[in-house]
Amino acid sequence: MFGEEYDIIVVGGGHAGAEAAAAASNMGSKTLLVTMNLQTIGQMSCNPAMGGIAKGQIVREIDALGGYSGIITDKSAIQFKMLNKSKGPAMWSPRAQSDRMRFAEEWRMALENTPNCDFYQEMVSGLIIENDKVVGVKTSLGIEIRSKAVVLTNGTFLNGLIHIGEKQFGGGRAGEKAATGITEELTKIGFESGRMKTGTPPRVDGRSLDYSKMIVQPGDAKPEKFSYLETPVLTEQRDCHMTHTSKLVHDLLREGFDRSPMFNGRIKSIGPRYCPSIEDKINRFADKDRHQMFVEPEGWSTVEVYVNGFSTSLPEDVQYKALKSVVGFENVKFFRPGYAIEYDYFPPTQLKHTLETKLVDNLYFAGQINGTTGYEEAASQGLMAGINASLKLQEKDPFILTRDEAYIGVLIDDLITKGTEEPYRMFTSRAEYRTLLRQDNADLRLTPKGYEIGLASEERLRRMEKKKENSDSFVDFFKKTSVLPDDINPILERVNSATVKQSDKMFKVFSRPKVTMEHMLELESVSSFVTDNSFDREVLEQTEIQVKYSGYIAKEKNNADKLSRLENIKIPENFDYSKLKSLSYEAREKLKAIQPVTISQASRISGVSPSDISVLLVYMGR
Amino acid sequence: MHFKENIIALATASGAGAIAIIRLSGEDVISLADKHFKSVRGKSLVQQKSHTIHLGHIIDGEKTYDEALVSVFKGPNSYTGENIIEISCHGSPFIQQQILQLFLSNGCRMAQAGEFTLRAFLNGKMDLSQAEAVADLIASENEASHQIAMNQMRGGFSSEIKKLREQLLNFASLIELELDFSEEDVEFADRTAFENLLMHIEQVLKNLIDSFAIGNVIKNGIPVAIIGEPNVGKSTLLNALLNDDRAIVSEIAGTTRDTIEDEIAIGGIGFRFIDTAGIRDTADVVESIGIKKTFEKIEQAQVVVYLIDSTELSADRLSSLKIEISKIKNKHPQKPCIVIVNKIDRLDSKRKTAIQNQLPEALFLSAKNKIGLEELKQKLLGFVNTGALRNNETIVTNSRHYDSLLKALSEIEKVRLGMSEDLPSDLLAIDIREALHYLGEITGQVTNDELLGNIFANFCIGK
Repeated sequence: MFGEEYDIIVVGGGHAGAEAAAAASNMGSKTLLVTMNLQTIGQMSCNPAMGGIAKGQIVREIDALGGYSGIITDKSAIQFKMLNKSKGPAMWSPRAQSDRMRFAEEWRMALENTPNCDFYQEMVSGLIIENDKVVGVKTSLGIEIRSKAVVLTNGTFLNGLIHIGEKQFGGGRAGEKAATGITEELTKIGFESGRMKTGTPPRVDGRSLDYSKMIVQPGDAKPEKFSYLETPVLTEQRDCHMTHTSKLVHDLLREGFDRSPMFNGRIKSIGPRYCPSIEDKINRFADKDRHQMFVEPEGWSTVEVYVNGFSTSLPEDVQYKALKSVVGFENVKFFRPGYAIEYDYFPPTQLKHTLETKLVDNLYFAGQINGTTGYEEAASQGLMAGINASLKLQEKDPFILTRDEAYIGVLIDDLITKGTEEPYRMFTSRAEYRTLLRQDNADLRLTPKGYEIGLASEERLRRMEKKKENSDSFVDFFKKTSVLPDDINPILERVNSATVKQSDKMFKVFSRPKVTMEHMLELESVSSFVTDNSFDREVLEQTEIQVKYSGYIAKEKNNADKLSRLENIKIPENFDYSKLKSLSYEAREKLKAIQPVTISQASRISGVSPSDISVLLVYMGR
Repeated sequence: MHFKENIIALATASGAGAIAIIRLSGEDVISLADKHFKSVRGKSLVQQKSHTIHLGHIIDGEKTYDEALVSVFKGPNSYTGENIIEISCHGSPFIQQQILQLFLSNGCRMAQAGEFTLRAFLNGKMDLSQAEAVADLIASENEASHQIAMNQMRGGFSSEIKKLREQLLNFASLIELELDFSEEDVEFADRTAFENLLMHIEQVLKNLIDSFAIGNVIKNGIPVAIIGEPNVGKSTLLNALLNDDRAIVSEIAGTTRDTIEDEIAIGGIGFRFIDTAGIRDTADVVESIGIKKTFEKIEQAQVVVYLIDSTELSADRLSSLKIEISKIKNKHPQKPCIVIVNKIDRLDSKRKTAIQNQLPEALFLSAKNKIGLEELKQKLLGFVNTGALRNNETIVTNSRHYDSLLKALSEIEKVRLGMSEDLPSDLLAIDIREALHYLGEITGQVTNDELLGNIFANFCIGK
């Protein structure tokens, strides 16, 4: 059935698996995507939305490198918002509500249209490993499929266990079987595994809700999009709605606490602190008498609605009774109850920066199997695993992004250096240089790299180069052009900024906190420069950011450069730390376990002090 | 490898009337030194050849700090392979600290433990066989300076900074919360309260920075714990040492004045005597809680002086004393311990011999009649000269704090300016993070995880 050997087998077809398969195929690897259910490729298991703070930046990065998530999101979006617009540009974060069914359909079509990508539906129950190297997979039917590399993206399916109240049953997602065999096999050969927990809220019938009692949450008036390529912009959008829980709702929920798997000890694994269940919220923050809930449509044409903020594993009768008491939900009809799920993961300190495992060559892990949460986090790991598996087969250098280059770099470095005790989600505050990692410049940061490894298309590179050329020339224009007091003072007065007495460079005036591009465009010379060069919105935005935040961008660049000096000092593979008696005991043990690749990575391991780093520096030499 | 930062540190141990050497290394140190050096012949250091020595004064504007010899070494033919300036100044801790502070405020930062040697190694001035020795040196110097930093963290100084840093961290968390969770129903940082906190921190930092300035030599003294029951003659001993020498006596000013310590200069070296009066209140010497407290005092000290009243010595008391002293010595084998038997003017020779048999190392003196004082002083000084004690580390640690305080202050000022200009909070956060980092250099380490942990512990987050 599979006569020919594949280059890469991707196990799993979620966000990680789909991106891995797409990247591998596009880089010329003969790829097979094996999934338990071909109907659920690109399935959104939880909320029907992509992006958000820090996550939106990741989607832009995936797109800039040549991944598919941005394009798929644009094609299936039903609402778009740029979050945090009132904050600095590092915080601007795109988010889209998606049509859940169309999102999955677009993924399936995109992969089917990708050359080199084959599909097969079956459960992978084991790996074929020869001489510490993976050479294929075994399926539950006993078929062996050979390949040069394997990417595992099992999500919540490995020994998945679903909880609703006192009931529990095996499953990887509501209505889908769990996957068995892989964890057992991997732990037998020395992998360490653990359990994590996550949860999801009920889905209900939108026709049973009274939206007139809720607060409308529309999309942006001028919606933007994720992809740097030519993708559709929304001309019509669907609203979300907001409502709140109440004391009554909390009391009703509390009645079910004795039957909650969270509180009666049945669930032992750790869930994400920042994505708590409703019972967890009212238990931990007892003084708060209401919590926000967001009512999100699941698509253009379905009546199904996602009740964001009400994630729960309480018994379904308790869920129903409590939800009925929420304003606007008086006549609610359930489609599916909320549930919690426990699943296996592998502490990610067992991986290299390429996401290849340290124990087994050519075996890569991506997504929730590494202890992360979130579609965007998963997709970006899938992309990087797909890229690196392909590069390794092509005998090329690995592709590693640093912490000052991309959130993806922060994500992977955190995972393999620090590991994670709870499902890991990206935050902007995890990045040391957040001002450099903006959604507006992901293409400038990453598209040249994506092109160089053979993933991003030439069209992508051209578009990015054009944008850079235009914004550079516009910044230059502001640096060189002066403005007269008579022209600029009326604007300055309007924004309560001190007026100028003599003509000054535009760059200087524009740098003032309250002066914006819109103000500058009021100046005849500026607006005609824009028209003459037919600059688009992206160029204006890029220019404004580069002028207004030049000081902070330079400061962070400078700090990042200091760090990269340590980044360039490599630690040899299998370095024997036990020789270094000058290191503290704790540092020695941690370094031995993590085996950092560079001095810089070593410095981020908790328990490794600056003094230990100095000692390492000496040994690594100049 | 190329290092942009200019570093400075004391290269010698300080000594009475002797010369101290302050070393600067880095790209710009020659021009930096030039700005604060007035040659007697009007020479500019920048124009001098490598490996030359110049006489002049270390100045800051109109103010003259000291007459000094300045040596110029140009990279790569120097110890570190970079440009080096060595200032040979007078050995007083006061002058050393002033000169260090002058350069810390003007383009240098305090060298890390072993950093000169590290740079020398990394710049190819040493071969690989020396690597191990360098590594050991760095590890041990760090250990020592860390210990001393802890010793110095007494009174309100560290706890005040700690408290302020915690408050700032809390605010930083709120700001991060606003940023990462702006979509959610969370409380936002109260700008007025934040402004007040910043002003308060600024004031405290300024006060602390001032306290490092002129007149505060006292912080540099070698800490000496005097142990003994009340009335064994501690004050008399201190006064005797005082009157005999040109000495400075003053209170150590922490922000809270819970300890009173006397600083006495002996042979130009400052010794800070930590009073442990009234520490013992039970007769059960070995097991008493008093012992615990005594050990706490000893913890802070570099030298232990055990003062005994010779007139109160029964045979029982003498043997329990022996046990106590050996306990202290066992617990702190590194710390010199001097046993002093006071009031020998009231002691007959027979009893003196009896005590001597039991405590052969004891020093006999009469504080009241100033007998034996010289021996005590020589003994204290001896520790310094034989290297059992190193006074320079206390200055280094102090200067490190000073350096961090200056930087923290500058960042706090930036945050306030940013707030007044309505700077977006993600940019404010950059300056706040830096301020936290510098305050953290004094009290401990700050990481992003700390911020996130604080957020999750205190706020309800998550849809």
